[in-house]
Amino acid sequence: MVKKRVIPCLDVAGGRVVKGVRFQGLREVGDPVELAWRYSQLGADELVFLDITATVEGRGPMLELVGRAAQELEIPFTVGGGVDSLEDGLALLHAGADKVAVNRAAVDDPRLVQRLADAFGSQAVVCAIDARAGEVVTHAGRRPRGIDAVSWAKTAVEYGAGELLVTSIDADGTRQGYDLALTAAIAEAVEVPVIASGGAGCARHLAEAFAAGAEAALVASIVHERPERLPELKQELAQAGWPVRT
Amino acid sequence: MRVAVLDYGAGNVRSLCAALERAGLRPQVTRDPKVAWEAPLAVVAGVGHLRAAGAGLEATGVAEALRRRAQAGRPILGICVGMQLLFEESEEGGRGLALLKGPVRRLRARRVPHMGWNALSLRGETRILQGLEGADVYFAHSYACVPSDPETVVAEVDHEGSIVAAVEREALAGVQFHPERSAAAGARVLRNVLAWSRSA
Repeated sequence: MVKKRVIPCLDVAGGRVVKGVRFQGLREVGDPVELAWRYSQLGADELVFLDITATVEGRGPMLELVGRAAQELEIPFTVGGGVDSLEDGLALLHAGADKVAVNRAAVDDPRLVQRLADAFGSQAVVCAIDARAGEVVTHAGRRPRGIDAVSWAKTAVEYGAGELLVTSIDADGTRQGYDLALTAAIAEAVEVPVIASGGAGCARHLAEAFAAGAEAALVASIVHERPERLPELKQELAQAGWPVRT
Repeated sequence: MRVAVLDYGAGNVRSLCAALERAGLRPQVTRDPKVAWEAPLAVVAGVGHLRAAGAGLEATGVAEALRRRAQAGRPILGICVGMQLLFEESEEGGRGLALLKGPVRRLRARRVPHMGWNALSLRGETRILQGLEGADVYFAHSYACVPSDPETVVAEVDHEGSIVAAVEREALAGVQFHPERSAAAGARVLRNVLAWSRSA
């Protein structure tokens, strides 16, 4: 049986990690690849690098980071954030990203998903869906799109998305648990794996997301403030009977 | 030891080359049939669609070099779509090199792609997977090989039914998972491949 995955997400700007990560004993606390390596040693199943300033600063630092991550990491990683065009996505995949996550640009034109999948296969294309009260929102939650999140999820999969990263803007940062209704509705509607995102506070929340049908759970602040929390979370999930890689 | 990593255009082989280097091999990315023939080991990696990958190999003449290698008993390792390319017709469209018999079929499971870490169950004698019974390795695929000869299967994995995870026959080997993305277990597979290819 395929294991349920726990995936730390690192926010990156200008090629550096920008917030919330406090590893002890690391000199260069802002280097994303170094932090990613540490997470991989602590049992991360995959990693996500989210480029939060991509459109402002250009891609140069991110491409350099992706190249180094491809060489140094021994686990898969996804790169997302501001992937505005086919060229953006292809550049990241050519640089060595295992998967690229598309969000707003795919809502604007779903053929972007198809073109990326044609070039690199569906397994390399993650559609990131941000939702508030069941509606797709883009531009970091500022712009409601008038589209139902579940129907957009189905469309994205029809166009070739191999995985969905589903973030509840309502739950994000609350540590009160993932949006289970949203996670369950989308996991039920599609055949591709769903990664639950937004709201993780403890192992029980991850277990709830898995029970709702998610194949993986994204974690950010709870592991950034204390990285050793990551193996503890997996241990707690294993004790609760969930198949995790330990 | 030098290893030819065959480039047919679509590939992202950076992480694979880094992993091969860590395992003590010297990867050379190439689309030159001469290099593909001469290198002590040839690795067919692969992402994307079998049809495009197969067409790329044929167009560069590398497919012919691989057929000659297979006839001569020179080692070839296929990874993911590269493993599927060792087989025949694919339900995805396109055709592999037919170095091994059997089709490539779409997975039938609630969740496709089969994505993530899954434990290997070894079958029969294997050199490339020695010491890896029960090891978790990383999969990311929607199609899988269905070998006509069950004797070639050296590992399976469970995803609502059994999927062929690895094959091995004389100087031909294929793994459906990504050793370059499978942490310590993957590194061990690549070290095994080095030992196997030296004596295959």
